Amino acid sequence: MPATDTVASSIDLLERRSRRDARDERLFRWLLKGCALLVLAALLGAAGATLWGGRSAFSTFGWHFLVSTAWDPGNDVYGALVPVYGTIATSLIALLIAVPVSFGIALYLSEVAPAWLRTPVASAIELLAGIPSIIYGMWGLFIFAPFFANHIKPWLTSNLGNQPDDGKLSWVAQHVPFVGKLFGSSYPFGASILVAGIVLAIMIIPFISSVMREVFQTVPTRLKESAYALGSSTWEVSWDIVLPYTRSAVIGGIFLGLGRALGETMAVTFVLGNAMTLSASLLDPGTSIASTIANQFSEASGLQKSSLMALAFLLFVVTFFVLLIARLMLRQLAKKEGS
Amino acid sequence: MSAIYLRRRVTNWVAMGLSMLATLIGLAFLAWILWETLRQGIGALNLKLFTKITANGADGGLANAMVGSLIINFIGIAIATPIGVLAGTWLAEYADRTKLGESIRFLNDILLSAPSIVMGLFVYTIIVLPTTALTHGSTTFSGFAGGVALALIALPVIVRTTDEMLRLVPSTLREAALSLGVPQWKLTLQILIRAARSGIITGVLLALARISGETAPLLFTAFGNNYMAVNPIDKMSSLPQIIYQYANDPGDDMHALAWAGAFVVTMFVLLLSLASRMVLSRTKVSHD
Repeated sequence: MPATDTVASSIDLLERRSRRDARDERLFRWLLKGCALLVLAALLGAAGATLWGGRSAFSTFGWHFLVSTAWDPGNDVYGALVPVYGTIATSLIALLIAVPVSFGIALYLSEVAPAWLRTPVASAIELLAGIPSIIYGMWGLFIFAPFFANHIKPWLTSNLGNQPDDGKLSWVAQHVPFVGKLFGSSYPFGASILVAGIVLAIMIIPFISSVMREVFQTVPTRLKESAYALGSSTWEVSWDIVLPYTRSAVIGGIFLGLGRALGETMAVTFVLGNAMTLSASLLDPGTSIASTIANQFSEASGLQKSSLMALAFLLFVVTFFVLLIARLMLRQLAKKEGS
Repeated sequence: MSAIYLRRRVTNWVAMGLSMLATLIGLAFLAWILWETLRQGIGALNLKLFTKITANGADGGLANAMVGSLIINFIGIAIATPIGVLAGTWLAEYADRTKLGESIRFLNDILLSAPSIVMGLFVYTIIVLPTTALTHGSTTFSGFAGGVALALIALPVIVRTTDEMLRLVPSTLREAALSLGVPQWKLTLQILIRAARSGIITGVLLALARISGETAPLLFTAFGNNYMAVNPIDKMSSLPQIIYQYANDPGDDMHALAWAGAFVVTMFVLLLSLASRMVLSRTKVSHD
């Protein structure tokens, strides 16, 4: 009697325990899944909140919001073109500088440099990525912009611009279209679209170069060695073997840098000069979406606030798609590697 | 033949030279930025920084901003760590190779580089506006809102490292535990997360380094406060926000304070990333 009792109760205990385990397991699963879904919620929420905040700007101005250069709190008329232009112009300048430099760094670190030098130089470059963006902004404002205004800008305006100090137009400004306009400026300070682009370039170089370096290392050694065996030089191996093999991931890395550049606030706000006017010259001050928001949001109300929210929505959607392309491109190489 | 050979040699030399030049340019800018931050920052360091508050202006210090930064960062990490670790665990242990899991892993990577100022506006909409409406304007911006904004920036970093670190744990460990009848949740919490602990700590440290320099998301959430505030429902200042404010000020004394703040933030961030690297490299050695 007592023996069967113990058996029965231990079976009972086992059943109860496994039921409890199954319940705990379900709860745990739901908890984990809920946390993961918060990632989704953050993205959707950010898009939704800015769209909701910008609804009155979108309904008041319609599509005209995108193409209007007006930004006039006095008359309550707003358009996105000036900040959108500033965002795109600074990001493109940043890419124009950062892509070749990053390629050079990645090439040097994966093919050229002696082995003992690679790790320390690579970690030094990655240190650049760790510096907070506000430090870039301060350095840009207090150090680089004055340096640029004193040493680089005078040369650019007198040799390339259409408004040189001495009044004599250079050959380039007379004969090459657009260049004169791009570099003509009577603005005396350094803060400008070009300086913001340069500071952004320094910021995104470590991101692009570390992606490039990582993907260059995935190229199978036998491919490279075959090319070397046929008598290729290091440059020919890099340009004709390594680059084609990693093309999609390299483009992905570039888009990743572009995504960073588009959304960057602090590094550019200090060096853009905050001018809500459209100017053809890269040496004139301008503004970007992020810096317009940073400068105006806390003092804005009504339609102006809504317009800033609408700008944030535009920025979020554009960076989302740029980063989407970047990740898709980067995934292609990962797949190739896995197969 | 030799003309072609010569041209190829020259092309190679030029290309190698340019790649070395690119590396030097990168290193030169790193050195320039760090040098100026050190020079200007150390020059402005003094005891007042830690004892006086920003309400004293040019004669003041940054004590309230430092305390504010610590509190806001703590709130951000305290929110993001449990959520991020659990979400990363789900991705690695429960949803690996499922459609939803892959999509969330993918979207997490996008959130990782999403513009931080938009995250600030998001938190402004979901926390600052409702608290303003509920308290009839007596509580508007708050340190707590700032912490939530930073949590949104730290979250994807922690999710990603947890996910990656758990996938590095050998599957024999899982099989051994499951064959003993350990339920999966117990296996995950007591064995896998413990095995990946140092990697997860690295992720948290990296996330902390990332958020301690963030300025944009704090401008419309924690806002700033020239007096000492320790209650998270008050407006709160932070080092990056004070740097932003003082650097835009025309006074030279203010600039010196901004540089001192920049120096403190940079050192903090660099030490954190160094620490995270050390945690990771130490465990790598012990696994070998």
